[in-house]
Amino acid sequence: MTATDTADTTGSASTTSDAAVVVRSLTKTFGTTRALDGFDLTVPRGQVTGFLGPNGAGKSTAIRVLLGLLRASSGSAEVLGMDPWSHAVQIHQRLAYVPGDTNLWPNLTGGEAIDVLTRGEKGAAHRRRRGELIERFELDPRKRSRTYSKGNRQKVSLVAALSRDVDLYIMDEPTSGLDPLMEAIFTDEVARLRADGRTVLLSSHILAEVEKLCDTVTIIRAGKDVESGTLVQLRHLTRSTVAATSSADPAPLAALDGVHDLVIDGDRLRFDVDDAALHDVLPVLTRMGVTALTITPPSLEDLFLRHYGDDLAAGSRSAGAEDS
Amino acid sequence: MSTSIRPPSRHTHRADPVAASPLTGLGSLVRLYGRISRRAIIVWTLAVLVLVPASILAMEEAYPDQGALDARAMLLDNPSAVMMTGPYFATEHYTFWAMVANELFLYILIPAAIMSVLLTVRHTRGEEEAGRLELIRALPAGRLAPAVAALIVVSLANLALGAAITAGTLVMGGEIAGSLALGLATALTGMVFASLTAVAAQFTEHAGTASGMALGLLALAFMVRGVGDVIDRQGSWLSWFSPLAWAQQTRVFVDLRWWPLLVSLAAVIALLVLAGALSHRRDVGAGLRAASAGPRSASPALLARGGLARRLVTGSMLAWGIGLFLFALAFGSLASSLTDFIEEMPAIGEFAPIAMDDVTGSFSAFVLMMLTTGPVALIVSGVLRMRTEEFAGRLAGALVAGTSRVRLALMWFLVVLLETALMQVLLGLGVGLGVWAATDDTAWIGDMTAAALAYLPAIALYGAVALALYGLNLRLTSVAWALVVYTALITFLGDLLGLPDGAKDVSPLNHVPLLPSAEFEGVPLLVMGVGAVVLVVVGLAALRRRDLAAG
Repeated sequence: MTATDTADTTGSASTTSDAAVVVRSLTKTFGTTRALDGFDLTVPRGQVTGFLGPNGAGKSTAIRVLLGLLRASSGSAEVLGMDPWSHAVQIHQRLAYVPGDTNLWPNLTGGEAIDVLTRGEKGAAHRRRRGELIERFELDPRKRSRTYSKGNRQKVSLVAALSRDVDLYIMDEPTSGLDPLMEAIFTDEVARLRADGRTVLLSSHILAEVEKLCDTVTIIRAGKDVESGTLVQLRHLTRSTVAATSSADPAPLAALDGVHDLVIDGDRLRFDVDDAALHDVLPVLTRMGVTALTITPPSLEDLFLRHYGDDLAAGSRSAGAEDS
Repeated sequence: MSTSIRPPSRHTHRADPVAASPLTGLGSLVRLYGRISRRAIIVWTLAVLVLVPASILAMEEAYPDQGALDARAMLLDNPSAVMMTGPYFATEHYTFWAMVANELFLYILIPAAIMSVLLTVRHTRGEEEAGRLELIRALPAGRLAPAVAALIVVSLANLALGAAITAGTLVMGGEIAGSLALGLATALTGMVFASLTAVAAQFTEHAGTASGMALGLLALAFMVRGVGDVIDRQGSWLSWFSPLAWAQQTRVFVDLRWWPLLVSLAAVIALLVLAGALSHRRDVGAGLRAASAGPRSASPALLARGGLARRLVTGSMLAWGIGLFLFALAFGSLASSLTDFIEEMPAIGEFAPIAMDDVTGSFSAFVLMMLTTGPVALIVSGVLRMRTEEFAGRLAGALVAGTSRVRLALMWFLVVLLETALMQVLLGLGVGLGVWAATDDTAWIGDMTAAALAYLPAIALYGAVALALYGLNLRLTSVAWALVVYTALITFLGDLLGLPDGAKDVSPLNHVPLLPSAEFEGVPLLVMGVGAVVLVVVGLAALRRRDLAAG
C-alpha cells in the first residue's frame, strides 16, 4: 500500500551515482529460513540513513551482505558502486564498520585492538583523531580487552571506526551498552560526519536515536523493507493523537472520516486522526468549544508500532500509543 | 528473628524465603551443569566403554601364548617402554592381565585426567570468564554452590568413566577386584586432576590459561612417573610425586593393594581445601594476580602482515615448544641405556620399529616420530584458531579493516607453519642433544636435527588439511582433529595393535622415513609437500566462496 508511494518519492535518490548503497530485491536464505526476502534499501550519499527493525528482522544479515561477509542468494547489492562480494577489499578501504556486539581479542589492549582494526590508516592526522576520540569516549587504551565491560568494548569499536577517514560508515546498533553521556558524544560525532559530507547507515531499534540523527529511514520486517523515506514523508502516513476537553456532544466528531479510536471519558476526549484529515477536524473542534487541546505529532514509535503492532494484541497497541 | 517481623502469611506468587547457606541452590546448579555437559560425559564414557574391550581384544590377538607374553615382558627391560606404559610388576610370571594393566592403565588414566581438566575448567573459570557465574551468583545461590556443583558433575563424569572401565574389563574376563580397582583408580585420578584444575583456575582470569596450566601439570606428572619408574622399574621415590603413579601402584591384576588410592583421595581433599582457601582471597572474575596495564597502541610488528596471527598463536606455541623440547631431551638421553639390553631382546623388532644393528639410531628416530605428533597437533590447532576467531566475529573485524580473506588466511597459515617448523627443528635438536649427552658423540646433534627436517612436508600437510576443511565448511574441521588422533594412535600403538599396513598408511606421518636409521626416501616427502600446496589452494579458494559465520 504505502510502500509504493514511498518508493516513488525516494525514486529520485535511488540512482547509482548519488547513492552509496543500493540494494534491490535481495534474498538470503540459511537452509530453510529466509533471513532476507526481497529486501530493498537505498542509502543516499552524504546523509544519515536509519535502518530500523526489531531483533531478528534481518538487519544484521543485510549489513553482513553489504560487508561482503555473506553472499546474497539472489538480488543485487551495490556498495560505493561496487559489488560487495567480489570487491570486498576495495570497498573495505572506503568503509568503516561498527558491530553491535564487539568481541575483541582478549589479550590485546584496547589501544592495540584499535590499531589492528584501523590497519590501513597511517599518518599524523589519524593519530591525532585517534587520540581525540579516545579522550572524548573516556577510554583507557592500556587495559586488556578481556577486562573491558560491554560498553568499553563498544567504545573501542566506535573509536576504531570513527577514526577512519572513509566515505561510508556502517553501524549495527552502535550504541548498545553505552551510557547516555557517551550516547550524546556518539550523536555529536555522527552529526560531524554528516556535516563533513560522509554517508552513514545506522541500524538501530532505539527510535529516539534514529529520530535525532537520520535523514531517511528504512524499516525492515521479516526480511522485507516495509517502509522507507524521509521522516517527514513517513509522518504523513501516520496519525496524530488529539486530546481535548469539551462538554459538547462529540457525535459530529465521530462522524468525520479520518477520526479513529475515539474515547470519551466524561468531558475528556481522546482520538487519533489521520494527518491528512486534521484540516477537517479542527473546525469541528472549534465549534465544540474545547477548553483544552493537545495534538501530539506522530512519533517514529507510532510509525514503528503500526508495522509491528498487529503482532501485539490490540490493547497493548493503544497502551503503547499512550506511553508516547 | 526475621519471622517475627514478617507480616502474617499472604498468598503471593513468591516462594517462601529459604534459609540461606553457602550451598543454597546446589541441586538446580548440578542439574544445569549436568545438562550442559551430559553429551560430553556420555561421549567420553561410551568411547571408553568401546575402546577398553577393543584394546584388550587386540592384545589377546597380538599375544596368543606365554611365549609372546614373555617377549613382551622382556621389552620392559627397555626404559622407554616403562616410560611409555607403566611399572613392571609380575616379573616372575608375566600374565596376560598383568600386561593389560601395564599396557592399558596409563592410557585410560590420561583421558580421564584430560576429561576432568576440560570439564572442570568449563564449569569453573570458563563460566566465570564468560560472565555467567555473575548471573548465577545474582540468583539466590550460595557462595560455594557453583563450585561444588561443578565438582559434583565432574565426579559423576569420573564415576561414569570408572564404571565403564570396570564393565569393559569384566566383559573381557578380568577378575572382579582388579576390574573394580582399575575403574576406581581411574575415577580417583580424574578427580585429582579436577582438583588440581580447581586450584589452577584460581590463579588466572583466563579459562584457556587454566586448562593450559592443568594439562601442563598432567604432562609433568607423565614425565615424573616415567622417569621415576625408569629409575626403578617397580616405582622409585620419584614416581610417588606423580598422581598417575598412585593409580598404577595399586599393582592391579598382579598383587592388588588398595592403599595407594588413599594418597589420591587425600590429595583430592587437600587440593580442594586449597582451592577453596584461594577463592576466598579474590573477587569474582579476578585472578589472584591483578592484570597490569599494557601498551597504549599497537607495535609495528602487530600491524605487519601476519602480525595478528603471530600475536595470537605464539604464546601457546612457545609453551608447548619448551615442554616438548624437554621431553625430547629426556627421551634422547634414554637412547644409550638401550644398548645394554639389546642382546636380551631379540623380539623387540616386532613391537616397535627398532633395528637390532642400530639400536640408538632407530630408537632416536622412533622417539622423534612420536614427538612429532606434538607439532602435528599444534599446526592443526593453530590453523583452526581462525575458526574460533570467525565465530567470535573478530575475523570480520580484521577483514573490514581492509585485508582480503585469502591474504589473511594464507598469512595465518604461513605463520603457524613457520612456528611449528621451528618447533620441529627444536625437537630434533633436543633429541640430538639428549643422545649426545648419553653417548658423547656430537654427530647425533646434527643427524637428529636434519632428521627432524624430513617431517616438515608431513606437518605442512596436516596444516593444509585443516585449512582446506576450514575453507570448505566450518562443520568439517573436526575431521582434521580425527586425523590427528588417528595419527597419534598409529604412531604410539600401531605396531603393538598389529594393524595392517593399509590402516597405518592413512596416517601421513607413517610415510616419513625413520631417519637417521632408515634410508632417506624423497618421493613420499615430495608427494606430501605437493599435496599440502594443493590443499592450501583448495582451502583458500573455498574460503573465498563461503559465508562467514559471524560478524
